[in-house]
Amino acid sequence: MAERRTFKCHKISGGSAKGEALISVDKICFYLVDPETGRILEKHHALEGQSVSRKILIFSGGKGSTVAQGDALYMLLKKGTAPRAMIIQHPDTVLVTAAILMKIPLVDRAEGSFYEQIRNGDSLEVDADEGVIQFAGPP
Amino acid sequence: MYLTEFEKRLLDGKMGEGAAEAMRIQVALGEAFDAERMVEISRAHVSFGMSESDVWFVNLLLQGGGRCRISPTSNPIYDGNYLKNVDQFEFEEDTSLLRSAQSAYQSIGITPTYSCTPQLEANVPRFGEITAFSESNATAYVNSVCGARTNRESANSALAAAITGRVPLYGLLLGENRKGEILVNVEAYLRDDFDYHLLGYAAGMKIEFGVPVFTGMPPCPSAEELTSFCAGLNTGGAVAMFHIMGVTPEAPDCETTLHGESPKKELSITDEDLRKTRDLFSKKEGKIDFALIGCPHYTLKQVREVARLLEGKTLHRDVELWILTSSLTLELSRRMGYLEIIRRSGGHLIADTCCDMPCWTRRYNGKLGITDSPKAAYYTVRRGMELVAKRLPDCIKAVLNGVVEDGGAKDL
Repeated sequence: MAERRTFKCHKISGGSAKGEALISVDKICFYLVDPETGRILEKHHALEGQSVSRKILIFSGGKGSTVAQGDALYMLLKKGTAPRAMIIQHPDTVLVTAAILMKIPLVDRAEGSFYEQIRNGDSLEVDADEGVIQFAGPP
Repeated sequence: MYLTEFEKRLLDGKMGEGAAEAMRIQVALGEAFDAERMVEISRAHVSFGMSESDVWFVNLLLQGGGRCRISPTSNPIYDGNYLKNVDQFEFEEDTSLLRSAQSAYQSIGITPTYSCTPQLEANVPRFGEITAFSESNATAYVNSVCGARTNRESANSALAAAITGRVPLYGLLLGENRKGEILVNVEAYLRDDFDYHLLGYAAGMKIEFGVPVFTGMPPCPSAEELTSFCAGLNTGGAVAMFHIMGVTPEAPDCETTLHGESPKKELSITDEDLRKTRDLFSKKEGKIDFALIGCPHYTLKQVREVARLLEGKTLHRDVELWILTSSLTLELSRRMGYLEIIRRSGGHLIADTCCDMPCWTRRYNGKLGITDSPKAAYYTVRRGMELVAKRLPDCIKAVLNGVVEDGGAKDL
């Protein structure tokens, strides 16, 4: 990540978290994530086999079932394999409710330059309440 | 966000902590989506299964005195009373979760329909009605086919709405957000429910975000085809609202559907897209142990077709067949004689039950089964069950012969 170090965003679910960026070009249904390891089980998914555990997860939005998303995040939290925060572009009620209930920081509307500069493995701090994403260092 | 005096009292806990918690979730949702105010609903459907988190959330509201103002219909769980009478069916180590789920759902005021297709029989909204539907096939159907209005509610947010009797006003409740944005030209040939399910899945994957407008589709789709389509759209993607040009009520013509604007994007779905989608779920061959049919729940017409295919025949001795439906359709199937035909062949027609439930895990974990639903094949991976998805006649052939053949070349 280059010149800019802080990026504005919009709070959906409050809280703050620090962690390593993991970017998915595909939408995510957390039900197809193994709660024991945080690994994505969905065949042909862009992140198949990779773990979302304790990551700052960057993806366009959620998909799939209207009940399994919340159930799945609940189990990931219980097993300690949930993402620490999520940065999305297209909020839907299912994912938003799950994040609010499970108290996982969730933001959208990150400034355009954020997406140009972010790389997998970058160290990020998301403060949803303040509406900022801070770049804390390269991989 | 503007709140009425009544809504402020709900939020402040004057009407109980359960209602206050429901209201807090809804205010957070409203703020996330920049809603200006709340709006009353007249119907809801909650898609709870019986996972630990579902029961945790319902009990949280129940203990705070929460009760539904609008009694919502409910999604399937499983019929333990039926299963316990099936030979050697050890469905779970612990049946207390089923009992505690049913008891919590009924105490909070849910109508125990236990079906995933409320929009077809038990909870049918009128055009323009403001509702809160979870269950992704129902959400899409209610918006697109009925022309009623709902956001893509989760089970939790739909229950919150049932308790407060309102939802934040945003998204698909507003006319301007219902306009068609993405033109999808359907070039694929659609012959049955399975093709509609595949078309939904393929389109759900391709449509990133926005309301799609489908053109080139047959003019008189059945409720079953549309339900399969909605299920596919919300397994491959997240499509709470779509239009089919000349078919769905908000799509009489291009001008009206797109609100006079040009589409943001255009794409096509071809026979090749359907073939590729089918191959995601249909490649495995070999001996099968079970079949789960009816995801979403089968209608009377679909049960009749199964009965027609099974009449006078007997299932392979190593295969168990489960056809999942609503309690109303089960009763009508009994009256129509379809139940007797299915039972005589060795199959089960069961109400109130979903294919993605813990009751199946012990019996079918590590085994190969067949279904006519790509949605069922997608979700049951989590339970260690492998399901091949095929057209209904191929499913019935497989349960009679005990094996599933690839048959891809012959299929399309």
